[in-house]
Amino acid sequence: MPVNFFPAQFEVIRNTDKCIKCRACERQCSNEVHFYDADYDKMLTKDAQCVDCQRCVCICPTGALKIRPNENAFRESANYTQQIMIENYRQAGSGGVLLSSMGTPKDYPVYWDKILINASQVTNPSIDPLREPMETKVFLGKKPSTIKKNPDGSINTELPPHLELNIPIMFSAMSYGSISKNAHESLARAAAELGTYYNTGEGGLHKDFYQYGENTIVQVASGRFGVFKGYLEAGAAIEIKMGQGAKPGIGGHLPGAKIREDVSRTRMIPMGTDAISPAPHHDIYSIEDLRQLIFSLKEATEYKKPVIVKIAAVHNVAAIASGIARSGADIIAIDGFRGGTGAAPTRIRDNVGIPIELALAAVDQRLRDEGIRNEVSIVVGGSIRSSSDAVKAIALGADAIYIGTPALLALGCHLCRSCHSGKCNWGIATQRPDLVKRLNPEIGYQRLVNLVHAWDHEIKEMMGGMGINSIESLRGNRLMLRGIGLNQKELDILGIQHAGE
Amino acid sequence: MKRVYVNEDWCLGCHLCEYYCAFANSGETDMAKAFKLDKAPVPRITVEEGDGINFAVQCRHCKDAPCVKGCITGALSINNGVIEIDGSRCVGCYTCVLSCPYGCIVIDEKNGGKTITKCELCTRNSAGEPACVANCPNRAIVFEERGED
Amino acid sequence: MLLKEGEIRIPSGCAISGFISRDGHKLNGSDVVKSISYMHDRSNGLGGGFAGYGIYPEYKDLYAFHVFYNSNTAREQTERFLDRHFDVVNLSRIPTKKIPAIINEPLIWRYFVNPLPTKIASSQLDEKEFVAQCVIRINNDIDGAYVFSSGKNMGVFKAVGFPEDVGEFYRLEEYEGYAWTAHGRYPTNTPGWWGGAHPFSLLDYTIVHNGEISSYDANRRFIEMFGYKCTLLTDTEVITYIFDYLNRKQNLSLEDIASVIAAPFWSEIDAMEKTDPEKAAKLKYFRNALSSLLITGPFSIILGYTGGLMALNDRLKLRSMVVAEKGDMVYIASEECAIRAICPDVDNIRSPRGGEPVIVNLSEEGKRKCL
Repeated sequence: MPVNFFPAQFEVIRNTDKCIKCRACERQCSNEVHFYDADYDKMLTKDAQCVDCQRCVCICPTGALKIRPNENAFRESANYTQQIMIENYRQAGSGGVLLSSMGTPKDYPVYWDKILINASQVTNPSIDPLREPMETKVFLGKKPSTIKKNPDGSINTELPPHLELNIPIMFSAMSYGSISKNAHESLARAAAELGTYYNTGEGGLHKDFYQYGENTIVQVASGRFGVFKGYLEAGAAIEIKMGQGAKPGIGGHLPGAKIREDVSRTRMIPMGTDAISPAPHHDIYSIEDLRQLIFSLKEATEYKKPVIVKIAAVHNVAAIASGIARSGADIIAIDGFRGGTGAAPTRIRDNVGIPIELALAAVDQRLRDEGIRNEVSIVVGGSIRSSSDAVKAIALGADAIYIGTPALLALGCHLCRSCHSGKCNWGIATQRPDLVKRLNPEIGYQRLVNLVHAWDHEIKEMMGGMGINSIESLRGNRLMLRGIGLNQKELDILGIQHAGE
Repeated sequence: MKRVYVNEDWCLGCHLCEYYCAFANSGETDMAKAFKLDKAPVPRITVEEGDGINFAVQCRHCKDAPCVKGCITGALSINNGVIEIDGSRCVGCYTCVLSCPYGCIVIDEKNGGKTITKCELCTRNSAGEPACVANCPNRAIVFEERGED
Repeated sequence: MLLKEGEIRIPSGCAISGFISRDGHKLNGSDVVKSISYMHDRSNGLGGGFAGYGIYPEYKDLYAFHVFYNSNTAREQTERFLDRHFDVVNLSRIPTKKIPAIINEPLIWRYFVNPLPTKIASSQLDEKEFVAQCVIRINNDIDGAYVFSSGKNMGVFKAVGFPEDVGEFYRLEEYEGYAWTAHGRYPTNTPGWWGGAHPFSLLDYTIVHNGEISSYDANRRFIEMFGYKCTLLTDTEVITYIFDYLNRKQNLSLEDIASVIAAPFWSEIDAMEKTDPEKAAKLKYFRNALSSLLITGPFSIILGYTGGLMALNDRLKLRSMVVAEKGDMVYIASEECAIRAICPDVDNIRSPRGGEPVIVNLSEEGKRKCL
């Protein structure tokens, strides 16, 4: 056996006084970390295989397990950290591109945590959401620039197609293939119950889920997997995916191993073949091409559905968004670089793109400066982790938010960032039937509904504190925000004042 | 009558129901202790496995129960629909074990097999509701009324 | 150093009062001063002001600009601008009376002007829009000049001080109009700047407002897309622009504007879907298309415009406001005492519901007399 250049990342600690050898950990670990040794009459572990998904810890009936980082220490420096060293060893061994999943773990600034929210005192009463109506309904789509009247003088109330959300929170795009059918079912049912939307991602729409079409956003991405007329017609809106925050400028690659029968049928590709989404759309090399695709999709659906264009937050995002707003799109979705992914090249995920807070602030201001903010609604995702992040995003100018990672957390994900292995012990990012069944959608959808309801309660509490009783009065209301510990440039981009000002 | 049902679609074969069942009926308050004593408590539910399908089985509480009919000492009886075992009357003849079509009567190894034991829907322990149901991680085991009396 | 309006947003509580003679009888300015003086405790001496309608009948077809200047340089610069864009028919200082309570007054000038038709034609704007743009340009671009009144046959008078002193200072007893509004200000933190006092006006729209809206920045950032510039950072300014935008530019009726800025709750709209589906559709349309103009947080406002007054409360009615009638007169005030002070035996005194607009227009007879 060659020399192992780096040790196990994690150590499984078992309290033998508590372990009853029920072997639940062994049965539940798809990485085969735990095993029973009859000679010792003991449970043993192969730490090197552990990804710290916490499934065994959560399922152990006596709380006998914990997992912690391996304390073995390299002679690291601030420059060459242990992580960098391990990555180089790994590449020296494999010769390949490093792959990662979920959002970047790197210590980039999280601007949400440097923004504080206002509350009313004395001059303006706060509002108690338990006593007064507190409204969170949102419409996404184009607003008319002039109010038209009918011949009889009454208001012409016709509008371009809109999405109507009871709560300004949607589930972001995660394809069937990258996540399991049960995960999709949980999302679809939760969206239907909540009066909001989930997003198919670019994996097509499974035939069992057409029934949730009213609450579905169908995605058209560069691979065009699963796209046909019936699919476009099934959803409430169509999203053109130009980019993803975790991997701007990069396509997708779903390994053939995950293309089993159902996925193959839904994606409309042969079983076992790799599903490769090209980096660009090969029919969109410029903004005018995007306009053509937008209108092709509108033609195909008789102008009945809003079209969303989703882009990754990159350096000149404001100018790109302005172009999109003038291209016929109804909604722009911006995905920040801390956002999640089922698989991305590590270097891309950790180094390409800009934070969603800055991108959102820049886009909203740019569209207002150009007087075209009414042309599009703005939806942001890419690491909105809590209701307070959501409130801050809306106050910066978002109409609604996309949540991906928090939705996965509700389903059990522990952010082990190993989605690309396909062995998700929580039944989420896997197509292995024995693992998929671990996610019972009956439980999953209820937990998603609970999560969003809980956020909604908190959003209403914060709105009430600000003396706002309808979410539209929060949108773009940057006076409700103050920065803390930010420099003047950051404050200027965010369009907010510093705390104390 | 409310009964325990298992949906094999969601049964993961983790066997935790067995451990929670045994613990609930052990009389102990700490699970680790219950299983660390000389003789481990015996579960009244068993997970059957094979061919990628798992499901837990336990007493169906038959209306027309062969075990009750065959019991030579009257140790098995039906109380409000629940088939109960009176350990003080059981002589360990295992007639019920042989006659149960589901294989759900369990020999109580904890007392050396002198008596049998079986699921009583946790009506006679402190669990309150069937422990297998309450602790199933995937809601594969449910306790509900399906109108099948 | 304390920052003035426009450099910082200053919340303030206030008193408002207003009345109109529907038949267009001439009402002396001293009445409105008396009315607002009864709510002395609702102001703190840092701002008072009035708007009178029908006060310049001899110049009723000309725009009356009231302007504050910090210096003669600002005045000369402004007058050069006015000469380039308008035919200035008359100019003079606004007559005032020196009283101890009012200090630090700027130069206060009045101009009766007509926009030059050639300039309007080359700007390709309609006349009102042209005038409004000129006012916004003076206020933004000329340092030390501030146009605080710009409508026809109406005028705003405001200053730092208690409103009754401001009324005396401007000699309001020398003016007569068919409608008046008044404002007493209670800002929580300001050195007091004359331009920051209320009413705020644009063309013939004036707003007096009591409240502190929590939707301010959402409203401001939206309305600024349409050529407005909120330089004072006050509620009143943004509310005035919203009225101007919806009423003058989008041709919405005042009732409809009330449904936009103090929109009914969804629960009410949903209930209406069965009883009055057309109205429900309209309200739903407003809450979608014009959602950024919803105003939340406490406010009570009186909008003055040529030919009428409109009173409106926020939809939760977080500020007091009463309305009363007597003959052809309609009175509106923060407190009943302000009405009783000038009309002790009013009829039908009532407190309008949150979001319920009270709109009072001149009668046919009134229009004949005054418009």
